[in-house]
Amino acid sequence: MAIFRSHVLVCRGTGCSSSNSEKIQKKFEDKINEVGLEKEVKVIRTGCFGLCEVGPIVVVYPEGAFYSHMTVEKVDEIVEEHLLKGRIVKKYLYEGSIDEDALKSINEVNFYKKQKRVVLRNCGIINPEDINEYIAKDGYMALGKVLTEMKPEDVIQIMKDSGLRGRGGGGFPTGVKWSFAAPNKADQKYVICNADEGDPGAFMDRSVLEGDPNAVLEAMAIAGYAIGATKGFIYVRAEYPIAVHRLEIAIEQAKEKGLLGKNIFNSGFDFDIEIRLGAGAFVCGEETALMASIEGKRGMSRNKPPFPANKGLWGKPTIINNVETLANVPQIILNGADWFRSFGTEKSPGTKVFALGGKINNTGLVEIPMGTTLREVIYDIGGGCPNDKAFKAVQTGGPSGGCITSEHLDTPIDFDNLIALGSMMGSGGMIVMDEDNCMVDIARFFLDFTVDESCGKCTPCREGTKRMLEILNRITKGNGKLEDLDTLEKLAVNIKNTALCGLGQTAPNPVISTLKYYRDEYEAHVVDKKCPAGVCKGLLSYEITDACKGCTRCARQCPVNAIEGKVKEIHVIDQEKCIKCGACIEACPFNAIIKK
Amino acid sequence: MQKGLDLKAKENEFRELKEFIDSKRDTKGILMQTLHKAQEIFGYLPEEVQKFISIETGMPMAEIYGVATFYTQFTLTPKGEHTIGVCLGTACYVKNAQLVLDKLIKELGINVGETTEDGLFTLDATRCLGCCGLAPVMMIDDEVYGKLEPKDIPDILNKYRK
Ligand SMILES: Cc1cc2nc3c(=O)[nH]c(=O)nc-3n(C[C@H](O)[C@H](O)[C@H](O)COP(=O)(O)O)c2cc1C
Ligand code: FES
Repeated sequence: MAIFRSHVLVCRGTGCSSSNSEKIQKKFEDKINEVGLEKEVKVIRTGCFGLCEVGPIVVVYPEGAFYSHMTVEKVDEIVEEHLLKGRIVKKYLYEGSIDEDALKSINEVNFYKKQKRVVLRNCGIINPEDINEYIAKDGYMALGKVLTEMKPEDVIQIMKDSGLRGRGGGGFPTGVKWSFAAPNKADQKYVICNADEGDPGAFMDRSVLEGDPNAVLEAMAIAGYAIGATKGFIYVRAEYPIAVHRLEIAIEQAKEKGLLGKNIFNSGFDFDIEIRLGAGAFVCGEETALMASIEGKRGMSRNKPPFPANKGLWGKPTIINNVETLANVPQIILNGADWFRSFGTEKSPGTKVFALGGKINNTGLVEIPMGTTLREVIYDIGGGCPNDKAFKAVQTGGPSGGCITSEHLDTPIDFDNLIALGSMMGSGGMIVMDEDNCMVDIARFFLDFTVDESCGKCTPCREGTKRMLEILNRITKGNGKLEDLDTLEKLAVNIKNTALCGLGQTAPNPVISTLKYYRDEYEAHVVDKKCPAGVCKGLLSYEITDACKGCTRCARQCPVNAIEGKVKEIHVIDQEKCIKCGACIEACPFNAIIKK
Repeated sequence: MQKGLDLKAKENEFRELKEFIDSKRDTKGILMQTLHKAQEIFGYLPEEVQKFISIETGMPMAEIYGVATFYTQFTLTPKGEHTIGVCLGTACYVKNAQLVLDKLIKELGINVGETTEDGLFTLDATRCLGCCGLAPVMMIDDEVYGKLEPKDIPDILNKYRK
């Protein structure tokens, strides 16, 4: 094997890829060839580095130089100075990675310092399209160990001892789930990987699949051995073409190497994996709906029991696990349950990956030990809200979760604490909001989502959420009444108690939590007819200030002729006629029009 | 009403679809994949194509129609030359993606889910595209545009208008 003196790692995660990292990689390769370094320097495409905010990212080893905001134009200089002459191009380095002129190692950068990478350990480090790189990082060792040294019962016991809980949202203990399926007798059992990742604002599973697809395959085979299944399905969102592509490559390569297929490691164990694509339905993330979808039907959920472990896909015993849950499995087998328990809390051991987004400086993917506080994630890792705006809330759990206020920022993150705060872990979306976000509008946004995504099978979810949305629409348009708030609360409780599946049962959460913590904002909307954050269009009024020079541009733009005034005189908006379209603000060259 | 599909002119396409169906005769639960394939071939799923799948697979039309209309990715009407997908995921929404969408609606004169008269653009609102770091984000075909402001929209659209 050739030995290279330097490695150039180019992030090809979704964020960086969409800002041109493919061309950057190509340019590095061309330039390196041009200067004749192709035998000394290797360019590698990797999965997501996590710090998407400053992307595209390129890291050069052995120095660990972290170049941020890369462009094709910067490549020549980096190759000539850094790779050819050994002089790091400081001006292009990520500013957080330099400390008084000295280069910090990546683990010392604030963004990474408090993180602990178990699930993401290979993301941004190996080439996900080459199984040999995964194998070089102890890949498939866990599967080898399981097949040659352990009985299925032992595997389940380790998983139970580790205390790993499902990362798909529910937090159900994985070992226990497996132990339900193992004793069932059947001619066929199935292992399903849930890669439907429906939470709008979350991309952890995607990054794992794109950055380290083999870890998921290995874990599925281990799960198959533990419960006696020979067939696995990965159900992936159709919106994730790169993930699908890399999974296909990984499955292909694993089969070639005999790590999937018949008689793996000569142990007599067979395991095969097939990919199935979703088609854009959030409810298909729910396990019973997901199975219906794999069967080729409409993705509608059904009552449980029977649980999938007893009667799942095509009526056969089936276990379904989330991508991130699975990515932990090989590590637990190799390092033991105690090692896993050394991170996190008593009841929620291990780490959790969050997709940090919204009004925060360092958007990106972070993996932290459970028990880290929200404040550490948002301020120490995330760098707080941009533009000196005041933090207002952090939303976790997506459409099933709730908003958490600044008072509760010192809560250690784990499954149970977040539920106690009226939110939940969910799959790991963490969206930060600042003073410019209206909480009533956010509640409306999530309800709009669930109404759209309800499968329509049960009445509380189909009709109930729609009635709640109507009320919220009314409130944000300025037609709300005080009684509406009570009606919302009543509906919320009824839907929670009576809906068929998790989608409906959790749909009211965003409303319940915002009503609890931000009731004053709701009241401002219904009583004072004001939106304090200045978001809800129906409650704003547009006014022209003295900065107006009378250029008449706004009046000409107004589609309903609501603006009057003579040339060179201050104009006025007729509030009765104004439809609040905002066209005048855009037209004004003097910033003389304000929203209130 | 959409005008019917010219079956003769699409002979090759139907043959390709039939080959796919034949290659999967032994696989269980194949309807979704078949619809994905059909949409890839035809661009959408007109009634004729659903009928063809029904005849080839023996599945009732009602079931095929039911599945095709349940999932948002399947479309029964043809799309424009370029599809614009504005991300309305949470991260983008809190960063004012709605204003970007409003601007597009105004510029194009169509609503979400519609196609412009000239058949150039279809406007969609999508869920998280997985590049929340660039929020607010939209995609035109495979190209991602990030950190958008409403005022950027006209220039971007003009690139496609030629
Ligand atoms: C409406 C709804 C959506 C869900 N979406 C997902 C999802 O996108 N990904 C996921 O892994 N689990 C999702 N789940 C949870 C699954 O039903 C299931 O509990 C999970 O895949 C089990 O895996 P785990 O034990 O490894 O978490 C969803 C549940 C509900 C009710
Ligand atoms: S929410 Fe828009 S890309 Fe994630």
